[in-house]
Amino acid sequence: MNVNGASVPALSLQRVRKVYAMGDSEVVALDDVDLEVAPGEIVALVGPSGSGKTTLCSIAGAILSPTSGRVVVAGTDISGFNPKQLTAVRRDLVGFVFQSVNLVPFLTARENLLVVDEIGKRTGAPARARADQLLGELGLADRAKNLPAQLSGGQRQRVAIGRALMNDPKLVLFDEPTSALDSKLGMAVMELIQQEMKARGTAAIVVTHDERITRFCDRSVHMDDGRITKS
Amino acid sequence: MKLALRELRRRPGRFGAAGLILTLIALLLMFLGGLLDGLIRSSTGAMYALDGDVVVYTASAEDSFLRSRIEPTLRSTVDGVDGVASSAGIGVVQLGARLADKGPRDLLDVVVFGTEAPPLGVDALPGDGEAIADTTLQEQGVQVGTELSVGPARSTLTVVGFVEDTQYLGQAALWTNPETWRTVLTDNRPDQQLGDGVFQALTVRVDDGAVAADVADAIDIATGRSTASLTVVAAAEGLPGVEQQTATFNQIIGVTVGIAVVVVALFFALLTVERASLYGVLKAVGARSGTLFGGLVLQAVVLSAVACVIAGSAAIALDAVIPPGSIPLRISGTRIGQSAVFLLVAAVIGCAFSLRRLLRVDPASAIGSGS
Repeated sequence: MNVNGASVPALSLQRVRKVYAMGDSEVVALDDVDLEVAPGEIVALVGPSGSGKTTLCSIAGAILSPTSGRVVVAGTDISGFNPKQLTAVRRDLVGFVFQSVNLVPFLTARENLLVVDEIGKRTGAPARARADQLLGELGLADRAKNLPAQLSGGQRQRVAIGRALMNDPKLVLFDEPTSALDSKLGMAVMELIQQEMKARGTAAIVVTHDERITRFCDRSVHMDDGRITKS
Repeated sequence: MKLALRELRRRPGRFGAAGLILTLIALLLMFLGGLLDGLIRSSTGAMYALDGDVVVYTASAEDSFLRSRIEPTLRSTVDGVDGVASSAGIGVVQLGARLADKGPRDLLDVVVFGTEAPPLGVDALPGDGEAIADTTLQEQGVQVGTELSVGPARSTLTVVGFVEDTQYLGQAALWTNPETWRTVLTDNRPDQQLGDGVFQALTVRVDDGAVAADVADAIDIATGRSTASLTVVAAAEGLPGVEQQTATFNQIIGVTVGIAVVVVALFFALLTVERASLYGVLKAVGARSGTLFGGLVLQAVVLSAVACVIAGSAAIALDAVIPPGSIPLRISGTRIGQSAVFLLVAAVIGCAFSLRRLLRVDPASAIGSGS
């Protein structure tokens, strides 16, 4: 099912359950989770380690398939998708910013953004124009030709945000985006995330341990033992 | 793909060790191939220089000139076979040759060919008592006008010219007319002397459009299987030791290609392990495993191609600096190209061992790492 329109939620999880087999026993990582994220909404996903945040993020980002339940990203029900289809969803609908940034070390800031186009649609000139535009918006126009090693932690994080926005996603997943940054820089990055997401009307889930950054989000969702405990 | 090429260009040091090893392997492949070609050529060059398409021995000779005898009546039968355009008698005798200014035991290994048709590269047969010499004898001091004392009877042959690439079983050929050869044979190997009109073998030229192998079969049928006729290529490959040399070198080349596969497999398997987190991230942002594997193969192929270019240049340089005649090295474009193909195929096969590992990289590894 694919429904286009502004009112379609960026993400809809319905009774999503994820169970891992551990030898003879089973570990329930997500237990009948329901969550809906509206377009342009920024949701903080808070909880202790092992609470299921990463699993939820992985399922929402089409990296993992749920054991049961329904996952709808920007109107596309991806619950029964095979790995190849999930790859296409990640390429076209979702953006990621990882905890450890993970830029390609031998590519410049601009090329790190263009990787998304190279492994995806290969549009060429439009992608280059978009990369330049994003770098400009993120305040990195003068750093476009710098390698990640030549950038500060905050600049690297901004490049990662730019990479996540390259495919014009409906949903961006931020995995602990401030954990590798000092407090001041972390807040600045969150401000930037808030600004960029709102400007584009792009929904975001921000996985975090840090309660201080929830003020940059529209709402907080707390998780514990694979369940949403507070929303 | 651009990603893979950029990594090669911007991080050449990372591929340095593998590149060096592949270059050495490529050089080894080219050197071994060149040695094989040189050895084979030094054994068979004279056969390939025969101006004919088919060599006819007597059946009992087991493809050996020395054991073969073609009588005039048998030759008439051969000449009458459909597809035979012409035939030429040929005979050989392997002897030592002395130079006037060298000691009595300082012999040059030569083989005296007597043939009715001059070899390829020679316009006309030399006169009586004269010989056209293989160019390798020039390195021994033989020049036009040099008189060689051949065999125990010290038959005199005057060198009147040279022809390239006509060694026979590692010995330099001296091309003579049939009368001169018959005289040398009679004087030095009286037990092997042949009557008038008798040759050890025939070289046959086939009609235009005729297939040499078919004509060879027709000759053997026409002679009631009293002849064993071979194409020139088959006759060359049938010389003693040629098949064994070829098999031995090909086995060594095969093992070397196998080592190249292992080197590429190990290197790129290690690289895949090292890049696991990067691959995880790229998969998470939508890269397909096929795209990533394509990049890996591209890197291996480019690395191998660069190794082949360097090794090819080195092989050509080696060929130029190694003194002629010291080792039978024959570096050719064909051999360099063949070695390059072997190495490129080895690179692709080697990469295939990383495919499973790459497929197993989980994009989920990119999320939550470090938490």
